[in-house]
Amino acid sequence: MDFDFTADQNEIKRTARDLLVKRIGWAQVRQHAEEGRYDDALWRELGDLGWPGIAVVDEHGGAGLGVVELVILCEELGFALGSVPFLGTATTALVLAQAGSEAQKQRWLRGLASGELRGALGTRELLPDGPGADVAIVLDGDGAMLGPGGAIEPLATIDPTRRYGRAPDLSSFEELPGEVAAGVAQAAVAASAELVGVARRALEMTVGYVKDRRQFGMPVGAFQAVSHKCAGMLLATEGARSATYHAAWTADAAPERLPEAAALAKAAASDAARQVTADAIQAHGGIGFTWEADVHWLFKRAQLSAQHLGAGHLHRRRLAALAAAHIARAAA
Amino acid sequence: MDMTFSEEEVAFRDELCRWLAENSAGDLPADEKDVFAWRRDWQRRLFDGGWAAVHWPVEYGGRGASVTQSAIFFEELGRAREPLPANVLGMLLAGPTIMVWGAPEQKERYLQPILSAEEIWCQGFSEPDAGSDLAGLKTRAVRDGDEWLVTGQKVWTSDAQHAKWCMLVARTDLDAPKHKGLSYFLMDMKQPGVTVRPLVQITGEAHFNELFLEEVRIPHANLLGGEGNGWKVALTTLMNERAGLGFFLQVQLRQQLDELIEEAARRGLIEDGYVADRLGDLHMRAEILRLTAYRGLTAIERYGQPGPEGSLLKLMWSESNQLLVQLAADLLGPEALCFGSRWSYELLRARGNTIEGGTTEILKNIVAERVLGLPKAR
Repeated sequence: MDFDFTADQNEIKRTARDLLVKRIGWAQVRQHAEEGRYDDALWRELGDLGWPGIAVVDEHGGAGLGVVELVILCEELGFALGSVPFLGTATTALVLAQAGSEAQKQRWLRGLASGELRGALGTRELLPDGPGADVAIVLDGDGAMLGPGGAIEPLATIDPTRRYGRAPDLSSFEELPGEVAAGVAQAAVAASAELVGVARRALEMTVGYVKDRRQFGMPVGAFQAVSHKCAGMLLATEGARSATYHAAWTADAAPERLPEAAALAKAAASDAARQVTADAIQAHGGIGFTWEADVHWLFKRAQLSAQHLGAGHLHRRRLAALAAAHIARAAA
Repeated sequence: MDMTFSEEEVAFRDELCRWLAENSAGDLPADEKDVFAWRRDWQRRLFDGGWAAVHWPVEYGGRGASVTQSAIFFEELGRAREPLPANVLGMLLAGPTIMVWGAPEQKERYLQPILSAEEIWCQGFSEPDAGSDLAGLKTRAVRDGDEWLVTGQKVWTSDAQHAKWCMLVARTDLDAPKHKGLSYFLMDMKQPGVTVRPLVQITGEAHFNELFLEEVRIPHANLLGGEGNGWKVALTTLMNERAGLGFFLQVQLRQQLDELIEEAARRGLIEDGYVADRLGDLHMRAEILRLTAYRGLTAIERYGQPGPEGSLLKLMWSESNQLLVQLAADLLGPEALCFGSRWSYELLRARGNTIEGGTTEILKNIVAERVLGLPKAR
């Protein structure tokens, strides 16, 4: 039993964090959000470093690492609220690798792995990283359709830190011939990791703020109404982190158990990120409700990412059904 | 990252499971008065089989098990639906504290009878006016030649009615700051001046007691860790409080949840969106508890101490267990509230979960101060 990253994985985490801290401050997040665009220079840099292809096999130009390594990058990008189409691109590659035809893989994977092409994965109603994508995968029942990014209409959501779209017309799309479930589950784990990063950032900001902000002659973090809220935020964040890392490991090492592990991670991370970012606004008091304080970006990202690839309640129902089936099998 | 168990861990689990398949405590006695003796017999069998306190070093009669193996022990004990051994406080708290602070002759004297269940231990820390604020305790110990004379009152003392020895913290210096005036004693319970009065819990059982001490004599040789050092010694005990046992509780939570899911499925309730959502939530909580506990094991094995997740486990467990029993009452209706239903017992018993072994409020203070670095709470 070794439930922690390897030395190499910790090195990836440290390098990613160092780079993102240098490239992205709140000023950059704000600027890109208010202008409604991505940080193209950063995206090129991440492409040169091989980030989008971290979990793509070497044969298609990737680094050939696993979902665990991908999850590390997603978490750090969530923490930094990076204005790059990373999640869409990396998760499109995941589903394509699992369910695409040989021709589809040849056509798209290398470009997605290098970041020269941008991808978007989602449903007809919600495609994160959709506008500006070169290729999109739209989940449709148990299958998925692949088509050109041009078919995506921009969707104005409450989250300006990311561009969203929808795909009302799939007439120019073609089917992915393979089973998509495993790839979609992997993508849900990646989205969970991003939510864990968002929650971690909201907690870190809040702890910093309540140590600093003084009322009644003392830091507000000395009041239990505030400090206990912070303890609850840590509880939610660490729980979601346990579930997400476990799901990432499952994706790489025990894929037969991925459906349950991924549902668990996505339910936990969606619930946690929404709770923690909402509590972060509350703990910031009046300033937390202003556009000027940066905490609202995290709340908005959490709301949209929680809906992406199934909201918490859908995954919780799935878990109940899986648990009931498991118990019935054991009894039989 | 590798969430499979090592060959050594698997071998340990297999050996234990083989033993548990051939050895059992048998059915819970019908009369509650017989339960302790039943658990004492169970510990003797564990002891004879070499399974009494696997985490103790070999030199003291344990197996020198790693923290992961110790967790496996409690998981499998729970899975086999066997009870905790009678002297759980002795093995988890008193023994490890004596190993850290005890003089050689103290280790020689006390450790072996803990393992064999010959001498049961209880913990005399809390007082009526010193619960969460433990260092404010008032039980007074005054030096009298080679002895100490102890007078005061302790409360919530589990197993005191069965105990031969008590881990007693008392105030030996009234002038020192409150954390510094304390000393830690090994007190013989079977002597004049010690009165044990059972406290009936909301379940109707009497597992814990009030302990009245009136000029009780404790030999100076029974001081543990030196005069005035009681707070530090007590912290060693408290740090051991949640070790291992958490895995037993985690497995019990899982078993109860599985029973509730099975019952809900039998009644066709699982198709109901609300029921499925609540059961799915509990399934998620139970799994997160298990996974976070495993993360804690890795942290201890890699770095020698638990990470931030370690402080959160008891909060996760107690909250989840209370939600579980309340949901059982919701789904099963009045029958879950009647005597004879185990859920009625669990519903009441679970209210203690967020109080015993550190209240939720105190644990949140600890998390806020020690993990998040927030200023000391007001």
